[in-house]
Amino acid sequence: MTASGSGPLVALLDYEMSNLRSAGKALERLGARVRVAARPAEARGADALVLPGVGRFGAAMERLEAHGFTGMLREAAGSGVPVLGICLGLQLLFDDSEESPGVAGLGLIPGTVRRLRTDLKVPHIGWSEVRWREGTVFAPPDGGPADRTYYFVHSYACDPADDGDVLGTADHGTEFVAAAGRGAVAGVQFHPEKSSNAGLALLGRWLGGVTAREEVPA
Amino acid sequence: MIRVIPCLDVDRGRVVKGVNFVDIRDAGDPVELAARYDAEGADELVFLDITATHEERDTIIHLVERTAEEVFIPFTIGGGLRTEDDIRAVLAAGADKVSLNSAAVRDPDLVERAALRFGDQCIVVAIDAKRRADGSGWEVYLAGGRQETGIEAVAWAAEAARRGAGELLVTSMDRDGTQVGFDTDLLAAIADAAPVPVIASGGAGTLEHFAQAVTVGHADAVLAASVFHDGVYTVGEVKAAMARDGVPVRR
Repeated sequence: MTASGSGPLVALLDYEMSNLRSAGKALERLGARVRVAARPAEARGADALVLPGVGRFGAAMERLEAHGFTGMLREAAGSGVPVLGICLGLQLLFDDSEESPGVAGLGLIPGTVRRLRTDLKVPHIGWSEVRWREGTVFAPPDGGPADRTYYFVHSYACDPADDGDVLGTADHGTEFVAAAGRGAVAGVQFHPEKSSNAGLALLGRWLGGVTAREEVPA
Repeated sequence: MIRVIPCLDVDRGRVVKGVNFVDIRDAGDPVELAARYDAEGADELVFLDITATHEERDTIIHLVERTAEEVFIPFTIGGGLRTEDDIRAVLAAGADKVSLNSAAVRDPDLVERAALRFGDQCIVVAIDAKRRADGSGWEVYLAGGRQETGIEAVAWAAEAARRGAGELLVTSMDRDGTQVGFDTDLLAAIADAAPVPVIASGGAGTLEHFAQAVTVGHADAVLAASVFHDGVYTVGEVKAAMARDGVPVRR
């Protein structure tokens, strides 16, 4: 994937923990210039960072570290560069996870990640409607239930220490956090790049925020 | 929500559908069909590479890449995947999941190795089952129903889940292509025995059948090929019927 066009430049972090093709193509379709970055130097100058991820928390932190991304992500977050975590990428933004005890996460959003405690089957695989906190970055301004329904694949969910960081919740026999954010750092537990039009629209809203940041420097 | 999943049988990069796995006929570009199903409200797609040979791997990889770039719903690739390298190749090309059938029966350890390496969530074990004449459960078949294994399907389902299968795709060989309805006894037996989602397959004919797979068969998802592919019902019509019967679907 190479950057082209005139939209915001988004660095898609490649640390060998997920396939980037759909996320990259979705962002490109929405007007972003996408650069797949396997090292911090390749992400330099990006207007925003996307941290995807599937797999295990501990293995992912190891790979992130091996690629030199942990320091870069903390610096980027500190200087207000928008960071979007997707699925495991959201969980990595937290302090730690029950999945890999003793492994430190990025610590960009205070809180932990817990296994879903539910009578329903785990992993939770399928589409669920999200109740959004209105006026936040991902929340759709209008539309019906289908416009707020996304594709989830997960066994763990984040648990922000500060309720103010919860952006949306969903149900799988129990209520869980479907999206969280703090400052310019945010993430979604579902896969927007696999959530048809509702997911593409959500990525578009997030990109809109990235563009706005470019045009109106603080 | 219960997922509705059209299945596209693919041969050398083109879509076909066999009735009872014979009498196949050619019908179209898989990626175009996939996009149409997405627009109709399909929750996921399964591509079954029915005549996969080693020489044709590049064709399916190319199909996976195109689909991942153009269709923004999850999709699974099944058929002919025998090794961890085969699995890695289709996942790296952009597939969300792989479906293992014969390879999992012949080498159950493959399920475990693949689940550990790639994650449970992307390993689907497909089980083709036929009711035993003596009433002792269901027999697992391979090679599109041609090869008996001596393995009982409910026991195999439980083992596959224990070894790390994230989902089970359960096809009744008695019902496949008949359009007389899913084998809800088989589905319920497996869904109740295995702690992972079950995708019901084989036998969908009327709109009512889909809800029955869930309400009677306890399935978490329903899969069909010919009723969608032949234009008998749209995904939207199936979902509307399921919703009328009280089954939660994305609409």
